Formats: sequence, C-alpha cells, structure tokens
Amino acid sequence: MYDIAIIGGGVVGCAAAYELSRYKLRTLLLEAANDIADVTTKANSAIIHAGYDPEPGTAMARLNVEGAALAEEICKKLDVPYNKCGAFVLAFDEADLAHVQKLYEQGVANGVPGIAVISGEEAKRMEPNLSDKVIGALYAPSSAIISPWEYALAMAETAVRNGVDIRTSSRVTAIKKVENQFEIQTSSGNYRAKYIINAAGVHSAEVHELIGEKEFEIHPVRGQYFLLDKSEGSRVTRTIFQCPTAAGKGVLVSPTVHGNLIVGPDAEPVSDGDDVSTTAEGLEYVKLMSQKSVPSTSFRDNIRNFSGIRSQSDRSDFIIEESHSVKNFFNLAGIKSPGLSAAPAIAKEAVKLLTGAGLELTEKSSFIDERKQIRFKELTDDEKNRLIAKDPLYGRVICRCETITEGEIVAALRSPIPPCSVDGIKRRTGAGMGRCQGGFCGPRVLEIIARELGIPRTSVLKDKSGTYILVGETKGGTGNV
Amino acid sequence: MYDLIVIGGGPAGLAAACEAYEQGLKNILIIERDRELGGILNQCIHNGFGLHYFKEELTGPEYAGRFIKMLNDTSVEVKLDTMVLDITKNREVHAVNTSDGYQILKTRSVILAMGCRERTRGAISIPGDRPSGVFTAGAAQRYMNIEGYMVGRRVVILGSGDIGLIMARRMTLEGAEVLACVELNPYSSGLNRNIVQCLGDYNIPLYLSHTITKIEGSGRVERVVVSRVDDSTKKPIPGTEISFDCDTVLLSVGLIPENELTKNAGIAIDPRTNGAIVYENMETSLPGVFACGNVVHVHDLVDYVTEESKRAGRAAAAFAKGLSQTDEKVLAMKTGNAVTYTVPQKLRPMRIEKLADIFFRVNRVFGEASILVFDGDGKQIAKFKRDYLVPGEMEHIVLPRKLLDTAGGDSLTVSIEEVQA
Amino acid sequence: MTELTCIVCPRGCRLKVDTENGYRVTGHSCEKGEAYGKNELLNPTRVVTSTVKITGAMHRRIPVKTNGAIPKKLIFEAMKLLDGIELKAPVKLGDIVVKDILGTGIDFVASRDML
Repeated sequence: MYDIAIIGGGVVGCAAAYELSRYKLRTLLLEAANDIADVTTKANSAIIHAGYDPEPGTAMARLNVEGAALAEEICKKLDVPYNKCGAFVLAFDEADLAHVQKLYEQGVANGVPGIAVISGEEAKRMEPNLSDKVIGALYAPSSAIISPWEYALAMAETAVRNGVDIRTSSRVTAIKKVENQFEIQTSSGNYRAKYIINAAGVHSAEVHELIGEKEFEIHPVRGQYFLLDKSEGSRVTRTIFQCPTAAGKGVLVSPTVHGNLIVGPDAEPVSDGDDVSTTAEGLEYVKLMSQKSVPSTSFRDNIRNFSGIRSQSDRSDFIIEESHSVKNFFNLAGIKSPGLSAAPAIAKEAVKLLTGAGLELTEKSSFIDERKQIRFKELTDDEKNRLIAKDPLYGRVICRCETITEGEIVAALRSPIPPCSVDGIKRRTGAGMGRCQGGFCGPRVLEIIARELGIPRTSVLKDKSGTYILVGETKGGTGNV
Repeated sequence: MYDLIVIGGGPAGLAAACEAYEQGLKNILIIERDRELGGILNQCIHNGFGLHYFKEELTGPEYAGRFIKMLNDTSVEVKLDTMVLDITKNREVHAVNTSDGYQILKTRSVILAMGCRERTRGAISIPGDRPSGVFTAGAAQRYMNIEGYMVGRRVVILGSGDIGLIMARRMTLEGAEVLACVELNPYSSGLNRNIVQCLGDYNIPLYLSHTITKIEGSGRVERVVVSRVDDSTKKPIPGTEISFDCDTVLLSVGLIPENELTKNAGIAIDPRTNGAIVYENMETSLPGVFACGNVVHVHDLVDYVTEESKRAGRAAAAFAKGLSQTDEKVLAMKTGNAVTYTVPQKLRPMRIEKLADIFFRVNRVFGEASILVFDGDGKQIAKFKRDYLVPGEMEHIVLPRKLLDTAGGDSLTVSIEEVQA
Repeated sequence: MTELTCIVCPRGCRLKVDTENGYRVTGHSCEKGEAYGKNELLNPTRVVTSTVKITGAMHRRIPVKTNGAIPKKLIFEAMKLLDGIELKAPVKLGDIVVKDILGTGIDFVASRDML
C-alpha cells in the first residue's frame, strides 16, 4: 500500500517523485512505456524558458520563472547537462517589434532576470549568422538549454535512491475506490494508494476519466524537428525564437547541450496523441521558417527528424488541481510549454495540494540530493587513465561519434532505473546520438545489453515495446552466445 | 617514437602498413578499433574482390586475409580494440584501450585509413514514424554475416548502391523476401553485375526514379510508401504512391568518409569528397600526415584502395626517413564539365617519378566520351577516349610527368566532352 | 528471343539471345559478351557465398563459399545444405565444409581462418 501513486513518468511525474522522496512517504510511480521520459519529455525543444511568454498572473507565468530557477539548481546537484546560453526573440518588422516590447513587459512583470530589448545590429553582432532582415530582438540571458530526458531521469533515479518505487511497462487500465483508497489496475499488476497524482500527459484526461467525470480535454499538438550534426552546432550560440505571425507561431533555432543544432517545431493539432510521425510538408515548413532567422543553416547536415506532442488542454493555463469529482485525486494536466521549465515548481505545487488534502509530511534526514555521472570524454587524460585502471571497460570506446565507453553503458544498465532498449542506453549515455546514428555502435550496444541483462539478443528492443531489432538467427540457429 | 602510425586496420591501413614496411620502415603501428584486422571486408562475404590486384576473384574475408597474412610476416605492431580519439598538429596520436589506458603516442608520420560511414535515414529525412526495422545496409550486413542474426523477413531496400544490391541477394538466400529495391536516380549506382546477379536472379524489382516517401509502423516497420520522383527536381510526384507491407527497410544511400579526426587535426577537407585534400603521394595539408582509401574518397573497388594505400605507404616511409624534397611548382586540380571531384586535388610535378594517377567520378551516364585535360592557360594537354562513363565507377587517367612539367599556369582542369553520335 | 544485360564490364550492353536459332547473340560489343550471353542461357552458373555456425571462435558464424560456380538452379538447394552445420574452431581458410555439393563436384569451403 502506497501513500501516493504518480501516474506518468514524464518530466512532471519524475519531478513530483523527486520532490515527494524528500519525505517519509511510500511513493509509487507508474509509467505505461517501458522506460521513463520516453514520450513528450524526450521530444521537445529542450529549452528552459526564461518566463516572458506566459501572461502575467497565470500559473504558467509564476511556475515558469520559479521552475527555471529550480531547474538550474537541480541540474547542478544531479549532474544534468544544462547551459544558460540565453535567447533572442527576433523582430523582422514593426508588428514584431511591438510584440517584442509586449514580451519585454510581460517578462518584467513575471520577474524574468536581465531581460532587454536590443537593436538588430546588436543582435547581429552577438549572433553573426542571423538574417540581415532582423531589426531588433528581445534578449533573455536567463533562457537555458537542457537535456530534458537526462533531467527527468536524474530526478527519477534520485527518487528511487530515496525509496520511491518505479514500475515501468505499467499502463493504468482501471482505477477504483476501495475503502477510502484507490485500487489501480495496471498491465503489470494492481496497486493501492491513498492519493493519486495524474501526470499522464497526453493521456491525462483518459486517466482521470477512469474514475472521475470529464473535467478537461487534451488536444494534442504535434511539432516536428530537425536535429543537425555537431558541425552545425555553433551556427548560433543562443536559442533564436521568432514572433508569432499569421503564418504560425514561428520556429526556433538553438544549440543543444550535446553540441548539435535543433530546428523546429511546427504546430499541428492531431487527433491521435501517440502519433509522433513526421511529414514532408511539416519538415519543409520548419526548414523554410527557420531560414527566416538563420538563412545559412546547412540542412544537408541533418542527422535526425522527430516529432513531439504537446499536451494542450481546453484551458489556457496549466491544470494543477484536485479533481472536482474525485477526492484525493490530483491532476497535473495540460502541461504544455513551458511545462519542461516549470516541472519542479509544478511538483512543489502538487505537494502543497497534497498537504492541503491532509497528507502529513515529515522530512527524511537521510535524503540523498546528489548524483554524479561518469562522462568519459569530459575527463582529463589522467582521470581517464585512473578510471580505466580501476575499470578497464572505460577503455573501450563503443560509440565513436560521441566517445561513449563500454564502462558508461554498463553503468547505465546497473543504474537505479536500468534501461531495456538501445534507445534507453542512448538517452542515458549518449551512445548512438551522433552522426552515424548508431550504425556502428548499435550492434555492439545490443550485444552489451543482452549480456548484462542475461537476455537473448533477439529480445533487445530499439525503444518501446514492439520495437524488436533482430527477428531470429541465420542457419536455423536458436542459441545465444 | 614510431616511424609510422596507421589509423585503421581495414584494406587501406593494411596495404599502407605492408608497403611502408617493404620500404624499410621498422617501427610501424596499426591502430584498429575493432577486435580484428580486415575492416569492412570481414562482413563482405560475397565474391568479386581482387580481380584487378590479384587477378583472381576473392571474397572480402579472403582479400583481407591475404594482407593480414602478409602483415603477420612483418614486425608491424598492431593494437586491436583501440580507439584513436585525437591527432594533434605535431603528430601526436591519442588512443585509448582497455589494457594500455589513455596513451599519447609519438610518431614521425601518420596514415589516416579510417574508411567511411553510411548515410542514415536522418541524412535524407525520410518522413513517417520511427519504428525499429530501419537499418543501414552495412549494419544489417554485420548482424547477418558476422553475428548470425536475421534483421527482417520482408524487406524494401532504398538505394541501389552495391551494398544494397548485395544485401538484397543475401537476405533472399537466408529466407527473407525482398519486395523492392528503390533508387532515386534514373540509373543505379551499383555495378551491372550486381544488378543482374543480386536482383535479376531473384526477380527483385528495381524501381528507378523512385524513393520512399513514408515509413509506417508503431513498433516495428509495417509499411513503406514509395513514390516516383521527378528526375529534375527529385521531388515525389503525387498520385504515384505504391505501398509495400514489410517489416524491414535497408538504406544504401551513400557513404561518407569518416574524417572527424582529420578535421580536428586542422587538415584541409575537400567539400566535394568529404575527405582530406591530398597531393599526388596522398599527403594531406599537414606535412607527414597521409590519407588513403575510403577516408579520402569513396572507391568502387577495393583493388584501387590497395593501390592508393601503397602509394601512401611509400610516401610515408620516405617522409619518416627524412627524405626531403623541394617543390618548385604545385598544380591545383580543377573539375570541369560533369566531373564531381578529383583525387589527388594537388600535384607536385617534382615528386612524380614518371606518371601521375588521377581518379575522379562523373555526375551522369555518358556513352562515347572524351576525358579532356586543360592546363592553367586553358590549353588542352591530354585527351582520353572512353566508350562509356558512369557515376558508379571511379574513373582513372594517367598523366606523364613531362606533360606536367610543361603545363602552363598553376592548375589542371579535367572535363568530359560527349562524342555526338 | 531473350534479352539480358551483359555483366562482363560496367558498360552493360543489352544482349539479345535467339534461343530458337542456336543461341545467336546480338547487341554485344565484344567476344566476351557474346560468350556470356550464350552461357547465361545455356548453363548459367554462380559462385554462392554464405556462412555457417561456428563455436569456440571469436564470432558465431564463419563465411563460406563454393570453390567453383554451381548451376544457378541449385543455389537454394545448396544453401539448405549449410543449415545445421556447426564447425568448431579452429578452422582454416579453404577447409571443406560441404563436399561435392549435390553431385556438382564443387565444395563449400571456409573463406577465412577463424581461431
């Protein structure tokens, strides 16, 4: 029996688990997919927004600024790639300039630090690859880039080390109230909890309606991206946004914490919240729109396209409240942008709601609030040698594009939330993220996963369930060596 | 201090090391990232290698085996399972492995022989879902031929380069059904022999001027949509879609020389080849650093890789022995009509004994044609007749030293002139 | 009349072979092409390459080839002979894996050393 069950292992659920793990509570996190941070959290712009976008007075405005500050702290403590590179919102005409001015005023009202309106020349001086047509820009120095999946994983792993149980491959199929508790049926078994936090993202309305009345709707909006080679990674050094126009919200061009360049997204309402396909039209749109800001981007150096789904709701603000129809059931829903930025603040808000509902909090004296990752390529030559002497597997580079060693892959497989797929290894270590996209290291990563987990290679997945890689053996073989 | 460090133990590195040893270098080290020598040839188990160099038809492992055997009779040192992480301007090679740890190795000369990598789905932005079952042909080949695993049962292959064609036959022989081989261009870049013996023999249709416009599948690949493309714009033509129910897509859509180490060392790269700019003896812009094989330009036949690598081996040996030469003249090679690149990109006539080998590719299919060479003054100095020229085949001409000595200006241009029927 | 692409050189002549009139070849540019056209219809043969299982070696499969060309129509049957074979390392280049494939006098042999 748990005090709290969190449904959904995206960044919001993981932040909630991390926050709750400070207290003497029995907390469970249920994730439908076979790994956490594998849906919306892994497919977005990877920006910690400064906080000038949301309208002052909204929950989004408050939690964005608060969450952005917390994110910086958490990334430092839990060793998550984070870079406060700053951002521009570009103006190309008078209407844009008026919008930039409005954003500036909102930013001031929301308490965004260091925000300023700069001239086109100044913007071009700071970012020489911007279009000559830029006539001014909003400059937000506190805007940051992050590795969103590592961020969520870091919080979830820390939560596990502090006693939170995480069950992956556990899709919630039914919720009943039994003797003042929830009985939660999932694809991996049944669990009981006194409180439920619904952080099921694009499926949060469905999860709520397993037991409650219809109170909100999710209208999924898909966005498509290009991820470009590191050779394009310094095309810009800050995140470059556009003002929304009649043609659309505008697309961004940004460096990533891994040294690549990300370009996107478009915004297309889709009926199926699980549809993360890309389209030729969507990608073409993104490309053209981005060239308005940065004309010289070399799309020949694209290494990957992907789509992400934003969980837009029928309300304009985040939904952070107790269900009106089910007591002790809390919805953290409609967490669209700036949800990634706000996540840790949303988690603190959820804890406040829980205490308001009578949950007693006692802080753990033994709370672990640190995490250290070994990233071989970031070490000095001496550190590398000492590490290899201690564990020779760090001397074997498996992913050549990103310089990821077998030691790091094995460490990921022995981490608090061990992955079961090649992409799970990619999210934790970076192996396969580079320009060859796993062409060389894929077979070797697969071999290491099979060996470490003691499973046949034919059982190793690329990503979510059903994504098997090998279909059998040649020569009628069945064994596994 | 080594005389020579060869980076990569595939066909290029093996031939270069053997030749440098023949030339009298004793302190040679080959660094190979894999657990054995031979490189990509180990997984190319089909025959067709060695017809030019050995005058007999060998499989990939046999071809590699001959050089490995040659190497075993030398004192060349080999570090397997070792990755080179960096090469510095003063020719220090940073390498790491499980037994020696992180090492900085010093050497008089370096040969870059890292080969190439395959272009991926991302490089060509195929829209659709991102299911499992999309492999580069080379990765699929490794799974099948080295590790013994099947990568799929119903297959569509994008790209009709030789690796794609070879895999079409290989998958068929192992019991898979290859539904189609789809090629963007109106011609295949693969050898005729492979089109006949890998597709024709097994009734696998080749769709020229087509491409995959969508990949579908929530877990594994379930379907691909193939569309005809306009030959001038390469854009899909609406209404021409053909759907294939399949579980696997193999991509054979081009190879890219693997030059991250080269770039980090500050060596000049030719954007046309994606490889280092090299002189007649395969020396790069960094003195004492040579390059050969697919890391310089993608070859069609391994036999030519061997020849080129021996040239690099000889030159590295001369450099390591301190044989210095002065150059009065450097000719820049320029590309004229229909020529996509040349290797070498620069010629130093003083260093050419008798003949200079020039390799290049053309950008379309020609019937009877002439290869013309012009000097820097625009004067035609050589003409070579060909019955045909195709993009899939590397072309080769030989220029006598005396032509280069008397050539006007400081460049040579290679150009194709079609002979009107 | 059967049409085929000549594979003798990359030029790829379109050959026409008149099966009704003594396999007369037209469309070729050289003698080799003519011979290819005729043979390809009278008695097409291929070298077959594949792998077999191996234990105690650094890999789980070892490459093999036919040490001569076998009739094209026997390819699939020949492939079946390789199923279920399990070699033990060490194997040397040229070691016979299947002797006299289907009465052709051709063998499957290992195409590399594997220790």
